[in-house]
Amino acid sequence: MTQQQKEWPLYEVFIRARSGLEHKHVGSIHAADARMAIEHARDVYTRRQEGVSIWVVRSADIVASDPSDADALFEPAKDKIYRHPTFYEIPDEVKNL
Amino acid sequence: MYTQGLDSLGADCLHTTEAERAALEQRFQAKVDAEERIEPKDWMPDAYRQTLIRQISQHAHSEIVGMLPEGNWITRAPSLRRKAVLLAKVQDEGGHGMYLYSAAETLGVSRDEMLEQLLTGAAKYSSIFNYPTPTWADVGAIGWLVDGAAIMNQIPICKCSYGPYARAMVRICKEESFHQRQGFETMMTLARGTPEQRRMAQDALDRWWWPSLMMFGPNDAASKHTAQSMRWKIKRFTNDELRQKFVDITVPQAEFLGLRVPDPDLIWDEASQHYRFGTIDWTEFHQILQGNGPCNRERVAARQRAHEGGSWVREAALAHAEKRRRREAQAA
Repeated sequence: MTQQQKEWPLYEVFIRARSGLEHKHVGSIHAADARMAIEHARDVYTRRQEGVSIWVVRSADIVASDPSDADALFEPAKDKIYRHPTFYEIPDEVKNL
Repeated sequence: MYTQGLDSLGADCLHTTEAERAALEQRFQAKVDAEERIEPKDWMPDAYRQTLIRQISQHAHSEIVGMLPEGNWITRAPSLRRKAVLLAKVQDEGGHGMYLYSAAETLGVSRDEMLEQLLTGAAKYSSIFNYPTPTWADVGAIGWLVDGAAIMNQIPICKCSYGPYARAMVRICKEESFHQRQGFETMMTLARGTPEQRRMAQDALDRWWWPSLMMFGPNDAASKHTAQSMRWKIKRFTNDELRQKFVDITVPQAEFLGLRVPDPDLIWDEASQHYRFGTIDWTEFHQILQGNGPCNRERVAARQRAHEGGSWVREAALAHAEKRRRREAQAA
């Protein structure tokens, strides 16, 4: 076996801090399989009650946007300020709007 | 996710012209200057990447090797409370090593490569962990002084320009504060104890004071990486600035304990509102960096033993995972 094959695969770790909050990316962990990844994530990322739920996903399975596409992807939203409520001028005397 | 696409990124870079490269570098530096964070898949100069890989992996190695001097006392801690605390602290150091290795991996270096560098002695770790811990007071002195110096070094890195390193450091700094406080508490207990316990505390301070000051690295004039690292905002303060800060806050703590800082030249300077302290013996520092400290060989040998001893476990876990995958596939 080569060095590379011997290394346990990498998993990304997401933790829900408490019920009502979304899972948030906290880092990554090496493990032989998903079950072990959860056990290791518990030891490494929740030693002080940082979470009530853990997601792990193989790092290789994540598809990410390319930073060089950032302009093409996100620039078009920039001039659409009418999508924000502050764009509209409403007289002060009008309430509850 | 971060390690994906780095190879292609590297290949692309080979095809960029000198002018394109200069433009990329300029954009990168502008981003750093504007206090924006650099993330794993963003373009970065190769030297920035290499500097971070070196620094983060050495930092990770330091956490891992740092488990050894204190681990030495887990079975002999003087009470169940002290033992539980020390176990938790050493476990934290292991966790910190893991956060840091995974931050380094986002730069395209593998965990195996980094471990290899530690085990062959190619990579450095903090010189402080090459000193022995012959007495229980050493555990207190390490928490108070060594973790104190580490916190001083690490807090500015929470604002490092490289996102994953900065985030790992925020997590580490939060946890590190308990390490320092438990150390000071141990020293306080000894300092208020029997004459023999006080002597033990003083002896530990005598041995750890100077090595702790060396943890901040060479004097500014002799530090070859400082200027570039500050421009890249990997580093925010110079070695001497941080060392001075450490001395200024630690000397009063030693006075509170009724212990004597082992430096005849130490004096409060009213004009500058700082302590002035004696000259550091850099020969000792360089001897340790070159592998000739009291415990260099022992530390690396301990890591090698652990790595070799654990290899069958790592292989078995992989084989077991593979077997389970095959069975699940058959059942489906």
